[in-house]
Amino acid sequence: MSARFSVILTGLAGLMRFAAWRDPAYRAQLAERDLVAQIRLRDADAGRWFELKGGRLRSRAGLHPAPEVVISYETAEIAHRLLTPAIDWGRQVEAAKNFQLRAQGDDDLVYRFTQAMIAARRAFWRYGTAAGEGVTRYTSMTNGGPCFVYVKGGRILRITPIDFEDGDAPPWTIEARGRRFTPPRKATIGPHGLAWKSLVYSPERMLYPMRRIDFDPAGERHPENRGKSGYVRISWEEALQLVAGEIRRVRTEHGQGSVLFNHPSHHTWGNIGYWTSGLFRFFNAVGTTRVNHNPDSWEGWYWGAQHHWGNTMRLGLAEPYGTVEDMLKEAELVVFWSSDPESTSGIYAGHEGSIRRQWLKDLGIPTVHIEPYYNHTAAFMQGKWIAPRPGTDAALALAIAQVWIAEGLYDRDFIAQRSVGFDAWKRYITGEEDGVPKTPEWQQAETGVPAREVRALARLWGTKRTYLGAGGMGIGWGGACRGPTGHQWARAMVCLAAMQGLGRPGVNFGNLQWGTPVDTSFWFPGYGEGGMSGDLVNTALSISLYQRMSQFPSVNTPVQVIPRVTLPEAILEGQTQGWPRDSRSIEGQFVPIRYPTPGHSRVKLFYRYGGSNLGTMPDSRRYVQMYQCAELECVVNQSIWFEGEAKFADVILPACTNFERWDISEWSNISGFAHHAQLQVNHRVAVMQHRAIEPLGESRSDWEIFRLLAQKLGLGPYYSEGMSELDWVQRMFEASDLPQRISWKEFLKKGYYVVPAPPERLRAPVAYRWFYEGRKKDLPEPHPLPSEYKQEYLSGMQTPSGKFEFDCTTLKRYAPQDEERPPILKYVRSRESVASERAARYPLQLMTPHPKYSFHTHCDGKDSTVNDIEEHRIRVGERWFWVLRINPVDAAARGIRDRSLARVFTELGEVLCVARLSHCARPGVVHAWESSARFDPAGEPGSSLDLGGAINLITPAQPQFARGHAMGNSNCLVQVAAWTGPVPACSQPDLPEASPAGQAGRV
Amino acid sequence: MQKWNLVFDVALCTGCQNCVLAVQDEYQGNEFPGYAAEMPRHGPKWFDIERRERGEFPAVDVAHRARCCQHCDQAPCREAASGGAVKKRDDGIVVIDPVLSRGQKPIADACPFGAAHWDEARAITQHWNFDAHLLDAGWKEPRPVQACPTGALRSLKLEDEAMQRLAAEQGLVRTAGGEARGTRVWYRNLTRFTHAFAAGTLVGLEAGLDACVAGAQVRLARAGEPVASARSDAFGDFRFDHLPPASEGWRIDIEAHGYHLRIVEFNLKASCWLGEIRLEPA
Repeated sequence: MSARFSVILTGLAGLMRFAAWRDPAYRAQLAERDLVAQIRLRDADAGRWFELKGGRLRSRAGLHPAPEVVISYETAEIAHRLLTPAIDWGRQVEAAKNFQLRAQGDDDLVYRFTQAMIAARRAFWRYGTAAGEGVTRYTSMTNGGPCFVYVKGGRILRITPIDFEDGDAPPWTIEARGRRFTPPRKATIGPHGLAWKSLVYSPERMLYPMRRIDFDPAGERHPENRGKSGYVRISWEEALQLVAGEIRRVRTEHGQGSVLFNHPSHHTWGNIGYWTSGLFRFFNAVGTTRVNHNPDSWEGWYWGAQHHWGNTMRLGLAEPYGTVEDMLKEAELVVFWSSDPESTSGIYAGHEGSIRRQWLKDLGIPTVHIEPYYNHTAAFMQGKWIAPRPGTDAALALAIAQVWIAEGLYDRDFIAQRSVGFDAWKRYITGEEDGVPKTPEWQQAETGVPAREVRALARLWGTKRTYLGAGGMGIGWGGACRGPTGHQWARAMVCLAAMQGLGRPGVNFGNLQWGTPVDTSFWFPGYGEGGMSGDLVNTALSISLYQRMSQFPSVNTPVQVIPRVTLPEAILEGQTQGWPRDSRSIEGQFVPIRYPTPGHSRVKLFYRYGGSNLGTMPDSRRYVQMYQCAELECVVNQSIWFEGEAKFADVILPACTNFERWDISEWSNISGFAHHAQLQVNHRVAVMQHRAIEPLGESRSDWEIFRLLAQKLGLGPYYSEGMSELDWVQRMFEASDLPQRISWKEFLKKGYYVVPAPPERLRAPVAYRWFYEGRKKDLPEPHPLPSEYKQEYLSGMQTPSGKFEFDCTTLKRYAPQDEERPPILKYVRSRESVASERAARYPLQLMTPHPKYSFHTHCDGKDSTVNDIEEHRIRVGERWFWVLRINPVDAAARGIRDRSLARVFTELGEVLCVARLSHCARPGVVHAWESSARFDPAGEPGSSLDLGGAINLITPAQPQFARGHAMGNSNCLVQVAAWTGPVPACSQPDLPEASPAGQAGRV
Repeated sequence: MQKWNLVFDVALCTGCQNCVLAVQDEYQGNEFPGYAAEMPRHGPKWFDIERRERGEFPAVDVAHRARCCQHCDQAPCREAASGGAVKKRDDGIVVIDPVLSRGQKPIADACPFGAAHWDEARAITQHWNFDAHLLDAGWKEPRPVQACPTGALRSLKLEDEAMQRLAAEQGLVRTAGGEARGTRVWYRNLTRFTHAFAAGTLVGLEAGLDACVAGAQVRLARAGEPVASARSDAFGDFRFDHLPPASEGWRIDIEAHGYHLRIVEFNLKASCWLGEIRLEPA
């Protein structure tokens, strides 16, 4: 056995020499650092040493007297098993877990040597497609869809959507009403994907690490100057030492929980390099306080609808399967209620749904659009527009139900057999309970919608097979669920759907955004499945990926959690409490979170990944106060661009974009968060995310930054397992179903694979048909979890009764006497209503829905080409202002002209916008997208006029109701005034070099 | 000889702006010698999508129109150019040479469609040249077309006669002033952008309550001549589209079962909502 061990090692040395001769990149890698490494057995004095010196490799059998790195195998048998090609990575990991394989030495040298061993095989890999004239075409993935990346001379030339080749799988066809519908053979991409080149080469890219000029970790830290001071360029070594030193210090001085990290979820893409992967492994290894993210675009569904029907693993949204085909074949009417898929593209799905909605037009199926703003989908579909005042949707819905009850226009069999508690709700609707029948005439005073239109809608809906497209995804999400009465709206949606016999042919949830007949059995991991995080608790790694791509597990030892909604209060006041997002059960939302947790330190070091909070969180000036608070002894920001919260950090670590690193992913696949989100796209596309260009300046990939920080803490080999990002990418490829269809070599070169559509007989069944017909659940989704079926596995809904509950058992049990959220849906007037006392001072209702051209803050600001789109921003003078849409009647009353500047304000602050006069906003309503990347205070940050358009500076932080943590800021009362003065200057530097100390020169 | 044409369908455009972003991506930071110099980062858009709202609350409509070089067969910019700075290629594409056009502002000034842009810094006229460099390299369609998710933009390489036939079949028209110049960009459903609508809402009484009047016969006439007729929908709404804006002397007759005949006369400045039209029960 020992002899074979020696032969293998001789072979390894030969392979390394050959690769060095063959591949310049590998040769350069070997030349980076001299080292002596020993590979040996532990039960015998046998081995071979390798010396790297000036890029040359010398290797001899035997034991070296002074090796810097020692890789040891317990026995020759184990060494033979692990070193014999083809290498089984899972075995390596298991051997390491059982201490059969060990690595000793300096973390950096160990990584370099394991990489020297592993990388030899990469010498023969080729990637990208020659496109002529020195241009190479690579592939990548964005949050707007997959793309080709054309590169010439190390620079991105263009980014385009992917047109499929002849050899790629053909798409599906749906036959409906005598017509055949097939999507085009290409992958669409959204604006926030197509504009990426301008983001890669943005003048606001940070190209080197920086330290706040008045932050001295050994002396005065000046937290009060965060957001005001400039920055000085530092080396990576200094930055890493500083951050690692601060992590060590706060853990020692303050104890567990003193480190906090917080991440956004929407700027780059990839299963290895994105946040649920390396970031989680690193922070678990460090030990951190976690932030419990409220279900911020699912609010009303999670806190409201869930109690009627469960579906907790979708945060209360509807089942999404088979609805595209069912709608095209069976539906006679589609009601879009706070539903603008042409703006939000569902989520991550490019423009895939547009062509399907065009088919609906081709078939002449009428649509109704209920929203205070005539949105892009209403404009495209040209259906009937009904515009209730923001926050009054539930009143309109109750009136529809009243007409259905009065005129017998509902599914009585379904109510009798598949639901409970209808009579209780009926007593409220008819007025038997409170003396007020909820008639169309009753709702008119609340909603502003003529009673006759509501009655006409109710009759139409009650007599035609109707799909309800609720929210941006059609199955819920976004829109009205994020407003102060969001839970009422979401509850109203599911109650109306139930009354019409949910699951009956042509009666379901959908707006053609989800529910395509793509393959649901081909397995490729989604980005919520945890990548190489090793995190079996806070990601979905344990479901499939951990078994398929074995890896070191990672465990976060502190149990302290902060609810995101009150993160600033937690820091500023030293304590907070809240309610969690827990998708396992309906009851999970009743378990309170308390901060601080006994046995834990308060947070002292905040490690922020990205910088979106000022643009996206309600009353976001709270974050300014939080950052300037001395409780935070150190703030680290890891970001690509100098924007938002990055300007409030003590140390800034510059990350690169996903065009500058390796990764692998699937379009719109967010499994782990939402199962089968690929049902939004017309073609499932798995993509090799090539490292198309080198990282700009000194920026590094997120994964690499965490690896280097881990090394400073002695966690290097634990973090990387000796592997590079590309090694992990290959491992994920092997772990997926891809190798059954395409070789690694071909995938790496070509860059993508289109998963064929299944034959018609293998298409997923239609959502809720099983429930409507009283059968066991037959959909390809592994939830609810087994214990959530109270009667029998797969029988009925997740509710305690197993039926649709109009009168919610879980609210009666755990939130009795909650007048804001009663067991049956009631209309409770919004605190942001025009009938409220504050409306005298703030008479307009501001809607802030998800944006169309940016993805939250991604693609906004930073000199992105998206800023040049007039629907997104408008240039006035030298500044691109956020757009506020206002009805001409309201504008005239305030002396506001089209394209003039206007100040929008509440008690919380004021933001300067550019006004567009538009009849798409109903009178009394103003409209602006919710998420500016820019925060440009004219004076003191947080207490002065904002020029950037960070509209959430002035939206309220109060949750939708007291006993839950639902954000409810997507509509609120404001006032608007014309701005006649000159445009003030911004008090913050725009670019790193704008601060005097930062002018050390850009790379 | 087959020549390139661009077709834009107003009804298929969602206003996603992908075509605009694709052209910016192609030319910003890039130059293609012989075809195009770099596009200024924040200059005019060579390819643009205009948004137009019509009507008034609650009867509104939004339409988009692509705006770009029309690749005229009788191109005024070519007539204004000297030294061969503007080329008309055999495939129908107009290319303004980024070197030869230097200093020739009249090239930009000559364009009647606002699609040739004077770049002060480079002292040249720039436009969207149909991505000729890509087509010459074998691309099947230019970038705005490739990036369009709905097929609102199509590029067709056809004999002129075949294009004329297609235009007749599909109701494609040229932009105003395009016939005389032989423009190669065609529009479908363009009246949604250029013309006006008149809408109204019929209100009657049922059981003492306001009610939508569905199925009413609404006839539109001008100067005594019938123009169109429609039936009100379930909400009592009716709409006549594609009317010439700034036109006078319109009249509608409304006939609904159970109601007296109602006549409404109006002048049309722009798209309008005639309001809630109350019908008298018969």
